[in-house]
Amino acid sequence: MTAVPLLWLILIVLALAAVGYVAGRSRAMASAGGNSRALHSLPGYYGYNVALTVLTPAFGLLALWLLIQPVWIDMRVSALLPDSAIADSSTRDLVMSDVRRVAEGLQILGAEGAPDVVDTSFLEGLRDRLGNVGVALGSEIDAAVYRAALSYQDMTRVGTGLMWAAVLLAAVGGFALSYMVTNKDFRARNTVERGILIVLIGAASIAILTTLGIVLSMLFETRNFFADYPWQEFFFGTNWAPDFRGNSELAILPLLWGTLYISLVALIVAVPIGLFAAIYLSEYASNRVRAVAKPAIEILAGIPTIVYGLFALITIGPMLRDYFALPLGLGESSSSVATAGLVMGIMLIPFVSSLSDDIINSVPQSLRDGSYGLGATQSETIRQVVMPAALPGIVGAILLAASRAIGETMIVVLGAGAAAAQFNRGLGELVNPFEAMTTVTVKIVSQLTGDTDFASPETLVAFALGLTLFVITLGLNVLALWIVRRYREQYE
Amino acid sequence: MNDMRRIERATDMKETKISARHVNVHYGDTHAIKDVSVEIQDKTVTAFIGPSGCGKSTFLRCINRMNDTIDIARIDGDIRIDGEDIYDPKVDPVQLRAKVGMVFQKPNPFPKSIFDNVAYGPRIHGLARTKAELDEIVEKSLRRAAIWDEVKDRLQQPGTGLSGGQQQRLCIARAVATEPEVLLMDEPCSALDPIATAQVEELIDELKQNYSVVIVTHSMQQAARVSQKTAFFHLGTLVEYGETGDIFTKPEDSRTESYITGRIG
Ligand SMILES: Nc1ncnc2c1ncn2[C@@H]1O[C@H](COP(=O)(O)OP(=O)(O)O)[C@@H](O)[C@H]1O
Ligand SMILES: [Mg+2]
Repeated sequence: MTAVPLLWLILIVLALAAVGYVAGRSRAMASAGGNSRALHSLPGYYGYNVALTVLTPAFGLLALWLLIQPVWIDMRVSALLPDSAIADSSTRDLVMSDVRRVAEGLQILGAEGAPDVVDTSFLEGLRDRLGNVGVALGSEIDAAVYRAALSYQDMTRVGTGLMWAAVLLAAVGGFALSYMVTNKDFRARNTVERGILIVLIGAASIAILTTLGIVLSMLFETRNFFADYPWQEFFFGTNWAPDFRGNSELAILPLLWGTLYISLVALIVAVPIGLFAAIYLSEYASNRVRAVAKPAIEILAGIPTIVYGLFALITIGPMLRDYFALPLGLGESSSSVATAGLVMGIMLIPFVSSLSDDIINSVPQSLRDGSYGLGATQSETIRQVVMPAALPGIVGAILLAASRAIGETMIVVLGAGAAAAQFNRGLGELVNPFEAMTTVTVKIVSQLTGDTDFASPETLVAFALGLTLFVITLGLNVLALWIVRRYREQYE
Repeated sequence: MNDMRRIERATDMKETKISARHVNVHYGDTHAIKDVSVEIQDKTVTAFIGPSGCGKSTFLRCINRMNDTIDIARIDGDIRIDGEDIYDPKVDPVQLRAKVGMVFQKPNPFPKSIFDNVAYGPRIHGLARTKAELDEIVEKSLRRAAIWDEVKDRLQQPGTGLSGGQQQRLCIARAVATEPEVLLMDEPCSALDPIATAQVEELIDELKQNYSVVIVTHSMQQAARVSQKTAFFHLGTLVEYGETGDIFTKPEDSRTESYITGRIG
C-alpha cells in the first residue's frame, strides 16, 4: 500500500493502453487489407479507441476505489472497537487515529505474526519498536486498539488485493472488448469522440464536486457552531470579544463593518484610477505607449499581497499617521483603515484597468465612427457613446474587484491591524479612517491558529465567518457574471 | 433613354459642391488613392463603384476627414467644399463632420433610445435651445428618413432593438438631424434585405432635393437606379467619371466596361 505498488498498477494499465493502441491500429489496418482508405476512420482512431477503453474504466475504477476504501474500512474497524476502549477524556475519532497509526507502524515493521496472548509486556515492547521506526504514540497501546489495528491492516491488504484484481480486469476487459469490435467498418472516430466527451465531463464534475465538497464541509462545521452559539447573537450582536475560557461574544457585524469599510476605501482608490488608465490606454495611447504601459500596469497584479502588506506596514502606514492622522488629531496608530484601503486599492488597479480595457476595446469601432461622423470630439464620443456601451461590463469588473477586496487578508493584517471595530465606542471611531480595524478574513485566521481543538465555538466561529463571506462573494460574482453576460449579448 | 437625357440636362445646370484635385492617400506604405480629381455636384446623387479594395471608402472618408482618426493615413491634395479647402489648418475637422454627414455600411445605432440617437448630433452642436425645438428636430429627421410612423410610439426604446433596415434609416435620420450639406453613404444597403434596400433607395432619391449625396455601392443596379453621376474606381485610380447613363451604356474605358459586364470585380 505504499506508493510504489500503486505506481506499478498505473504503469501496467498505461502499458496495456499503449499496447492496445498499436494492436487496435494494426488490427484495423489488417481488416482493410492494408488499405487505410477502406477504413471508416483514420487508422489512429482505432488505436485511440482501444487505448481509451483500457484507460477510462480502469482509472475511473481506481480513483473511486481509492476514495471509498479508506472510508469504508474506517467504518468497519470503528464498529469493532468496544466502547470500553475509549477513555473518558478521548473520543472515538482520536482512538481511530491511534489505530491508523499503529496499523501504519505494523506495516513498516513488516510481516510479524500476532502473539497468542496480547499482554502488557508485548504491548510495551511494541510501542518501543514502533518508536524506533518513527511512529511515536502518545500513550500506551490498548489491547483493543492493537486488535483493531491488526484487522485494519488485514482489511487494507485484502482491499488492495481486490483493487488490483478489479482494475486489471477492467483494463483487460476493455482491451478485449474494443479489440474484438475493431474492423474496417467500425466507427472508431465517433466512438473516440464520445470517449473524449466522457473524459471532459469527468474533469468538469471533479471541479464542481470539489466546490460542493468545500461548501458542504463548511456547512457542517457551521451547523456545529450554531449548535453551541445562538445565531441571533452571531448575526445581530454588536461585539466581537472571543475568549477561549468561554463566555465569548462572537458577533460578525464589527468584522463585516471592517471588511466593507476597507473594501470601500480600496474601491474608491482603484476604480477611478483603474478606469481612467483603461480609457487612456484603449482610446488615446499610441501603440508604442500601450505596448509598454499595459504590461507595466499588469505587473502590479503579479506582486504577492504580502509584499503589498509590507509596503503598507513600513511606508504608507507611518506616512499617513505622520502627515494626516497626527496633525488632524484623528489618531496615532499607523495601522488604519486608510492604510489598508489605500494599499489594497493599488493592488486592485490592474484588475479594474485590464478588465475595463478589454471591455472598452470590445465596444465596436463602428460606434466610435458613427459618433465622429456626426462631428463629436473624442472625449464626447468616449463619454456619451463608448462609456454607456461599456458600462455594464465595467460594473461587472468593479464587482469582481470588490469580491477580491473582501477576500483579502495579508494587506489587512499588516495595514489595518487585527483589532475588531468596537461598536460601543460610538460612531465617530467607527467611521474614522485612521482607526485600526480588522476584517472577517483576518479573524478567521486568528481563530484557527494556535493550540485549539475544533470543538469550541471560538474556533468553529471561523467556519460560520467563512461561510458568510463565501455567500457574499459568491453573490457578488454571480451578479458580476450576469451583468457581463447581458452586456456581451448586446453586441453578438 | 429620353428620361436619362432629361436628367443629364438637369444635372448640367447644377453647381459644383465638392471639388477634389490630385488627391493621394497613403496608409503607411500602401498607396490607396492615386491622384484622383473629381467634381461632385450639389443636389445630385453620385455613385462610387469599383471592385473591393479599390479605394472607394478611403476616398469617401477623405471628404469628411474621417481618415484623420486613422493614425497611419496620410492625405495630400486639395479638397474643397463650396470652394473652401477642408484640409486648411483653420478648419476644425469636428465642425466639418457636422456639415458632411456619414452613413456606414453596417447600421450602427448607439446603445441609447431612438430619440437620443437622433438627438445626439443636435445636442452636441447645440442646435436646439429648448426641449420643444429638439423634439421638432427629431421628428423632422425621422420623417425625412421615412421611419417616423414606425417608431413614433416607441421613441424611448433602444435603437438597437429595431430591425436592420429600420436601424439603417435611424442612422440616416441621425445624420440628417445635424443638418448636413453633404451626405456620404458607404454601402448603406449591403447589410439589408431587398425590401429594406428599396426603402433606403427611395429615401436617397428624396434626400437629393436638399443634399449632395455620395454613395458607395457594390451593386450596379443600385448605382443605375439611384444615381445621376457615377465614378468608377480601379486600383486606387479614378478610371472614369460621368453621367450614370453614359457609364452604363457607353463606357469609354475598357476597364469600366469589363467591370460593369462582370468581368472584373
Ligand atoms: N485603416 C486602414 N489601414 C491600412 N490600410 C487600409 C485601411 N483602410 C483601407 N486600407 C487599404 O486601402 C485600400 C483601399 O481600401 P478601401 O478604401 O476600404 O476600399 P473599398 O472601400 O473600395 O473596398 C485597400 O488596399 C485597403 O487594404
Ligand atoms: Mg469599402
